[in-house]
Amino acid sequence: MTEKSDGLSASEIAQAVLTRKMSAFDAAEAALARIARHNPVLNAFTDVTADRARARARAVDAAIAAGKNVGPLAGVPFAVKNLFDVRGLSTRAGSKINRDLPPSPRDATLIERLEAAGAVLIGALNMGEYAYDFTGENVHDGPSRNPHDPTRMSGGSSGGSGSAVGGGLVPIALGSDTNGSIRVPSSFCGVFGLKPTYGRLSRARSYPFVASFDHLGPFARNVGDLALAYDAMQGPDPDDAACTTRPVEPAMPSLAQDIGNLRIAIAGGYFQTNVFPEASEAVARVARALGATRTVDIPEAARARAAAYIITTTEGASLHLDRLRKRPDDYDPAVRDRFIAGAMIPAPFVDKAQKFRRWYRARMLELFQSVDVILAPATPCVAPKLGQVNFTLDGVELPVRANIGIHTQPISFIGLAVVAVPVPLEPMPIGVQVIAAPWREDIALRVAHALERAGVAAAPQPRGL
Amino acid sequence: LTAKSSDQLDDYIDAVAKAVALPVEDAWRPAVRANLEVSLRLARLVDEFALPDETEPASVYSA
Repeated sequence: MTEKSDGLSASEIAQAVLTRKMSAFDAAEAALARIARHNPVLNAFTDVTADRARARARAVDAAIAAGKNVGPLAGVPFAVKNLFDVRGLSTRAGSKINRDLPPSPRDATLIERLEAAGAVLIGALNMGEYAYDFTGENVHDGPSRNPHDPTRMSGGSSGGSGSAVGGGLVPIALGSDTNGSIRVPSSFCGVFGLKPTYGRLSRARSYPFVASFDHLGPFARNVGDLALAYDAMQGPDPDDAACTTRPVEPAMPSLAQDIGNLRIAIAGGYFQTNVFPEASEAVARVARALGATRTVDIPEAARARAAAYIITTTEGASLHLDRLRKRPDDYDPAVRDRFIAGAMIPAPFVDKAQKFRRWYRARMLELFQSVDVILAPATPCVAPKLGQVNFTLDGVELPVRANIGIHTQPISFIGLAVVAVPVPLEPMPIGVQVIAAPWREDIALRVAHALERAGVAAAPQPRGL
Repeated sequence: LTAKSSDQLDDYIDAVAKAVALPVEDAWRPAVRANLEVSLRLARLVDEFALPDETEPASVYSA
């Protein structure tokens, strides 16, 4: 059965709800019906908060009927990676161990902000265990699946977020990105994803992984929805020590502005090696549409990726050290063994990695004096098959897991603002990173919007359902 | 890695596991060692990069 909100964007649903052409309750019911129909294949949702969603949707409808301003996301269904605290649920973060936690007493800040803008939480989404993952596979909950080919990976670690939006179950989802966990599933599932500047969006009441690099951000099927959600979630939050005190800087007002004055370059060197032809083709299409011909070298990108790797494995190990001692058999063995190895890295290497991070940040800020946007692949390949261990590139066999995030890690390492835009190649989509300087999400979103208008970036209809 | 350096890494794993009270069962050892080899290779890449002594780490905490 097709519901009248199926296929509508978040802004279209909000407009219909605000003008009472559709009720928030019907929009929520339609999302619940889509989940019932498609989640058995996609396995994107681990929790469906149907009662809460219906109650919240009724409250939105009542507020509109009473003439109240309910916000720009009126009645828009959304879902969150299951590392966000959801009132009444244990925050499992993709793990078995966290299921023993007591139910969360309060929602994560970003859920509160989206609901304050009128949105309706529908449920929580599958993810790689403790976010240490690029595949979307999970030994406890099973893999979330790619909406364009369910035999393929959704990407990780926010796999359920990519799968749910790519499959059209909800128009907006939230995820986290430490080394690429928003941008990788966006690429594999063919949707738009925003990894904001480090510190831009509050992480309060979300389960951490690597405090130095953890970001939260939205997924959507078009840039307008991405910006709508992003703007609604901005603002300082004393509950997150890293959250900026900058004022809200809305991206929506400038979204449709001309981009002719922007200096756009293609990342060379490191970002043009270890890529499959489809990744090169996607970057070339985007560059052509933007008239970008200049190539810039991001200095020491391989070393930046190495330093990100070291900080990730050691901060992750520190977070989990006591659980590794007490409940090692309750981890995914692959995750456990990575954390144990991380606990064995000598501390001076970690300190040097953090010092290198400052050096690299300074070089990147210098680079952004002469460019506004840098284009790079989001992933080196389209979504691999579930369970795939190796792929062959230029005749060399390489491990899949270790190589999926090679182009995202040097970027999140210093918290740059990035929109991952989907390029709808056949048979599988693939993403391109539109990278801007810190605090310039507005620029990355404007460029993504221009690409969408030009028809170069688009979220393809799910072909695997 | 040579067999000798592989043995040395096993010795290191044993020593650190004991020092920080981490269990490393025999069945896990090959994967732990493989991960550690990758991490140490990448750590060397960072370590060999010369930085001025005055370089501050990029910590985020501010009081």
